[in-house]
Amino acid sequence: MVFLQLFWTFLKIGLFTFGGGYAMIALIQNEVTVNHAWLTSQEFTDILAISQMTPGPVGINTATYTGYTAVLNAGYGSGMAALGALIASSAVILLPVALMIAAVILIRKMQGNKDVENIFRFLRMTVVGLIAAAALQLLSVDSFGEPGWSLQFVLSVVIFVGVFFLSLKRVSPIFLILGAGVLGLVAYAF
Amino acid sequence: MVKYCELFYSFFKIGTFTIGGGYAMIPLMEQELVDRRQWLSREEFLDQLALSQSMPGVLAVNMATGLGYRLRGFRGALSAIVGNIAMPILFILLLAMIFHQFRDNVNVEHFFMGVRPAVVALIAAPVFRLAQSANIRLSTCWIPILSAILIWLFDVSPILIILATILLGFLYGRIKMKTTQS
Repeated sequence: MVFLQLFWTFLKIGLFTFGGGYAMIALIQNEVTVNHAWLTSQEFTDILAISQMTPGPVGINTATYTGYTAVLNAGYGSGMAALGALIASSAVILLPVALMIAAVILIRKMQGNKDVENIFRFLRMTVVGLIAAAALQLLSVDSFGEPGWSLQFVLSVVIFVGVFFLSLKRVSPIFLILGAGVLGLVAYAF
Repeated sequence: MVKYCELFYSFFKIGTFTIGGGYAMIPLMEQELVDRRQWLSREEFLDQLALSQSMPGVLAVNMATGLGYRLRGFRGALSAIVGNIAMPILFILLLAMIFHQFRDNVNVEHFFMGVRPAVVALIAAPVFRLAQSANIRLSTCWIPILSAILIWLFDVSPILIILATILLGFLYGRIKMKTTQS
């Protein structure tokens, strides 16, 4: 039964994903394209690209898309496929949500505890490093094009620097994303 | 007291305009919840971020769960989660239905070629802002730098880094207590 399989598979994926969406890609790929063969490898790559360009976390997006496609491939209509998408998306967040609420309750109970305070003092510093690592990993050919005097690379660097400083000046990220998109739309049209 | 519908609306906005996964959402959440709404202090926000990264699951949903729960309990968490993922799910569903027509559109590709470097910059900028509220000094700046390099260049799992930090913080406190006592 495809609905049960979807639920169970994404329940597992949710529980074993640490460190955000990019860390879970290998795990999802194995389950979705090899173990269950719900998507082809090509389809999976497509959805990864889409996840980076469309709103929402990679994990949710992949679950939604896989749920829809798997049910459709099993021979159901698009209404049932939408249900499959909802089942997969709910399954992937179910256990993490329960665990997170438990953690917040636990940490509140331990407020004022010296050990907990020290641990969080250090964690706050590490988290800054984790975000820096995410940014460094994205400084890639996928985002900027091949380095050189090509239009894409130069424009990408300009956009990067501009957005970086405007963001420090607290210009709204929504405005910056839309602005960068429109800039690309205009510049690459010629 | 924060209203459920305000929570839903704030996270709906964040979810709708987050392009590029969980980390791209951090600056949006920070601006909306800490600066604009002032529901949380920057320290509380960082605490939740550390917690969200050390727990399993999708980062964005972990943030929504933790922050929603801190603000309005279980229903608050639910409002934040549903708000956060409603648009992404609808969007992907729509896309799954019409994907092949969309995929080769030149204008769409051009738009995203512009967006991608902007997304990277949006992730890089809060590093400096958050570094201030995390109280990083010259004597402690090796902690974030070493973490970033270990993950970036040596593919060390963030789970290990988080676990090591927890141990470090615990030991630091215990050793300091001992030296002040004696």
